[in-house]
This record gives sequence, C-alpha cells and structure tokens, in this order.
Amino acid sequence: MGQYILRRLVISVPVLIGITMAVYIIVNLAPGDPVTAMIDPEAVINLGPEWVEDQKRKLGLDRPLPVRYGLWLSEVAQGNLGFSFNDRRSVSGKIGERIWPTLKLMIAAEGIALVIGLPIGIMSALRQYSKGDYIATIFGFTAISIPSFFLALGSIYVFAVVLGWLPTAGMRTLGTDPSFIDSFKHLILPASVLGLAQAAPLIRYSRSSMLEVLRQDYVHVARAKGLRETTIISRHALRNALIPLVTIIALDLPRLFGGTIIVEQVFAWPGMGTLAIAAVRGYDYPVIMAINLIGAIMILCSNLMADVLYAIIDPRIKYT
Amino acid sequence: MVQDGSKVGTGPLATPAAGPQASESLTTLGSAAPQRRRTSVWQRFRRHRLALIGLTILVLLAIVSIGAPLFTQHGPYSVDLRSARMGPTSSHILGSDPAGRDVFSRLLYAGRVSLSVGIVAVAIYTVIGVVLGAVAGFYGGWVDSTIMRLADIVLAFPSLLIIITVVSVLGPSLFNIMLVIGLLGWPPITRLLRGEFLSLREREFIVAARATGARNNRLMFRHLLPNAIAPIIVAATFGVANAILLEAGLSFLGLGVQPPTPSWGSMLTGAQSLTVLESMPWLWVPPGVMIAVAVLSINFIGDGLRDALDPYLSR
Repeated sequence: MGQYILRRLVISVPVLIGITMAVYIIVNLAPGDPVTAMIDPEAVINLGPEWVEDQKRKLGLDRPLPVRYGLWLSEVAQGNLGFSFNDRRSVSGKIGERIWPTLKLMIAAEGIALVIGLPIGIMSALRQYSKGDYIATIFGFTAISIPSFFLALGSIYVFAVVLGWLPTAGMRTLGTDPSFIDSFKHLILPASVLGLAQAAPLIRYSRSSMLEVLRQDYVHVARAKGLRETTIISRHALRNALIPLVTIIALDLPRLFGGTIIVEQVFAWPGMGTLAIAAVRGYDYPVIMAINLIGAIMILCSNLMADVLYAIIDPRIKYT
Repeated sequence: MVQDGSKVGTGPLATPAAGPQASESLTTLGSAAPQRRRTSVWQRFRRHRLALIGLTILVLLAIVSIGAPLFTQHGPYSVDLRSARMGPTSSHILGSDPAGRDVFSRLLYAGRVSLSVGIVAVAIYTVIGVVLGAVAGFYGGWVDSTIMRLADIVLAFPSLLIIITVVSVLGPSLFNIMLVIGLLGWPPITRLLRGEFLSLREREFIVAARATGARNNRLMFRHLLPNAIAPIIVAATFGVANAILLEAGLSFLGLGVQPPTPSWGSMLTGAQSLTVLESMPWLWVPPGVMIAVAVLSINFIGDGLRDALDPYLSR
C-alpha cells in the first residue's frame, strides 16, 4: 500500500514539473515585458531605452529562457510566488486570503451535488425505465447543458430580485457584524448553481453503478436468503455501488474549479476565481501563474486522492 | 409499429448487404458490411426519442443561423438609437439592446458564431487526439509514455483557467478561442483511442493484415481506426456541446468573441448589471435559452449515438 502511494507520487512529479514549464512558457509568450508593464509609458520615454535595458539586466531578463525558468522554479519551490504587478503585494498573501472562500464554495457545492445526485441516481436505478428514471435522465442532461452563468443570473433574478429572499452578491452583508445566518444566506445561491452542474455526472454514474451491483451474484444470494428489500439495498448494494463514485467525484473536480471561476464572477464572490479574472484583465502575470499552478496542484492532489481512496475502500484493487 | 419502422430503415440502404452472398469476392463483402452497420446504427438512433428531438432542433437552429438574413428584418449591426432598450414590439420581436440593435437578429447571427466555434474547435482537437492516440496505442514504449505524460500535464490544468490565461496572452478573438480550445482539448480523445488500440492491436484481423504486408500507417488508419472510431464520435459530439458552453462562458466574461460580433455568451454580459437583469429580461433570457437548447440538443444526440454505436453497452 505504502509503495503504491509512493509510486503514484513519483509519477506526479514529472507532470508537476511539466505544468510549471507550460505555465512559464505561456506567460513568457505574452507581449511586453515586466519593466515596461510596471512603469508609466511616458516615464519610459523620458528615461530612454538604455535605462530600460539596464533595468532588464538588473532583473535578469536578459538571460536565456531556461535559466530564467530555473531561477523562477527555485523561488517557487521556496514558497515565493512573486509580487503582483498591480498592487505590489506578495502573490502568496493575495491568494492566501482568497483560497478559503473558494474552498468553502466548492465544498458546499459538492455537498449539494451529492445530496441531489446520489438519491436521484439510486432511485432511477431501482426503478429502471420508469417515468421517474426518464425524468431523472432529462434532468441530468439539462443540468449540464444550462450555462452556469445563465443559471446564476436566473437564480439572482428569481430569488433575489423578484422574491427578495436572498442577497444578490458577495459573501456577507457589508457594514454588519459577520454572522453565520448572513454568510449562509450568501452561500446558498452560488453553491446551488455550482452544485446542480456537479450533480449531473453523479446521477449518471450512481445509476449505472447501482444497476451493475444489482446484477451481482451476492445480491441474488441476499434475495434468496429472504432478506427485506430495504436491507438488500442499503446493506449490500448501496455500499458497493458507492465505491466507484469516489473516483468520479475526484475526477470531476477540475470542472468544479472551472465552474467556480464563472460563478464567483457573477456573484462577486471574493475567491480565487474573481482574483483570476481580475488578474487576466489587468495582465497581472505573477498572479495568473500562481493561480494556474495552485489549480494544477489541487487537481493532481485530487487525482492522487482518488487513486489512494479507491485502493483503500476496495480491497480487490491490486496495487500495481 | 415495429415492423413498419424496420421496413423504412432497411429499405434502400440495406439491399446491397442482403444481396451478394459468400460467392462474392472479399472486396464486396468488405464494402457491404459497413453499410449494413450504418443502417442499424440509424435504426437504433431513431429509437432514441430524445436524440431524434435533439437532432431536429439542432438542424432547425443551423438553418435559421445560416439563413439568418432571410428570417430577420434588421441587420445584426444596424444601430438605431431612437429605439434603444425597447421591449418586444411588432418590429423588434425580442426588443432592442442599448445601441438599438435588434435582439432577435443578433440572436440568429450569434448562432453562427457559437455553433461554428463548437464544431471547429472540436474538429481540431479530435484530429490531434486521434493522431496522438493512434501513435501512442500502436507503437507503445517510450512514444506511448511521452504522449501520455503530455496528456496528463494538459489534463491537470484547470481547463477554463488555462484557456483564460492563453486567451489573455494571445488576445481574445473568435479565432484564438477556437485555436485554444482545439489545442488543449485533445487528451481525453487520445486516452480513449489509445485504450481501444491497445485492446485491438493483438487481435487476429490485425495480425492477418500485418501478415499480408500492410504497413504501419495502413494498419493504424485503415484497419484499427475504423474499429475504434465509435467512442471517438460519441466523445466528439459531447465535446461540441462542451465547447459551445466554454465559448459562451469566455464571451460572457468578455474574454471571447469581441464586440460588435454577436455571440450568445457575449449577449449575456450586460446582464451583470442589476438594472439590465431587473428591467430588461429580453436582453439576457433569449441568448441564455438558446445556449441551453443548443447544448441540450447536442448532448441528447451524443447520448443517442452512444446507444446506437455500441449495441453491447447496457443502458
């Protein structure tokens, strides 16, 4: 087991290095350079091209790309993600205050997705080809087909503008003391919009996984023993049907992260997504690089977690 | 009912397959087999009611988008400030936007952009994915592991984020969106095809083809690919739906198709302001509905194809 985890970790290392290279190269393709990006264009004209060249040399920008990449990587490895072009604050500090709201939103969304997805998927497997099964399939397809920003706008229109039940944006009401009820109210809409989109694959896979398990011999044995149907479902079938879903949830995290970016933007949620969009619009490359890197590491970790959890839950898996 | 359906389906297409028997040469049999298969694929597809509805809607959407000038009174760019921000009237059936442009007309022209982004981007990454997947699965060894590590790297990126990054570096435009989605979307296709090739390449028909002296390229693209293409077609269909959603999201954020070109996503951008959201629903509801309808139709078609192309797959 330990060896298996170790091997998975070792495989992740070249992927991680490849990711850092890709991020570095993409950002270096951008027109302009940090010197001209950071100072007033008029000042550049006054100071002359020699001054700019001089500054570039001081910053090490005259060195070849692989050397610069090496220097950057060694700084990143020590936890120095650089400084924002826009406000000169450290990138790790900026991200530090944004990562928790994003995680909160993602966890709430995944929770909602599970609460919606699993029961629907399992019920439609138990009543295969029934009207309910048919409706569940259509519901699942609709959930992945509606663009999240449209759903977000629609939900703001209905629940915030027309009904006035929930706030339109933000993480808490400004000017009031932070309270649990208030932040919960702010969380409901964005988390539901995200959760609905995440629920769709869960419906599909929990249904097919349940159907698969119900065909197994041990379920027939349980029936033959005369066990009650509810016992068969909850004790024998359900537990085994849920195993593959661990992988589905982990592998669907990148999509959740992507969805978070757009939904945060619509709800003005102060997370990594709004930070990323602001950075892209302001050409704040250090921040863009850092968010890409952190996103990629999150995804690698979740893939790793999926493999490991799967091996722990299902003893039939051979660690190869 | 069942008999009637099968008769229509097996009509003209099936005759060559039913006609020549074992006495015919190998080549005739070879050409007859795919035709019989095509017939039954269409028959199975027709049985999937949602897929058929999806196909009908998609064809209709394509017709009104391509033939947009025939169905609209106003051009998508014709500005008329006197009738700006007006609700639906008899002249502007879906109202007008802040520049006085006809929303209905822009909606139809936007369909051209959104649908073509989806198709072109997916065509790009399907070609890349098929070539890389075929090479990886066929040759194995270090070629395979290099390609698959590359796929791992691309897959590990949060896709929307990296697309936003690249688009911001290259500059947002219709062309760049197609290119970026096309260049980053190939890993799932590659993985799928590689898996198929790995399971097929030791089979007798490949060994036989190799024994007749077929070269590697012929083995890969004439013998292996046709037998492995079904899941690729299904994945590409779902891919078009996803690409349309991606383009819509990017354009909504202002990082996609640039004004004044209309795209369904960019038509919703204005609704981020509460006044538009509250008092001008005709500006943002129709494009949102169009995206959902188009994507849903394509997803249903994908589902129908999945059932139709794989008769062994249990639903």
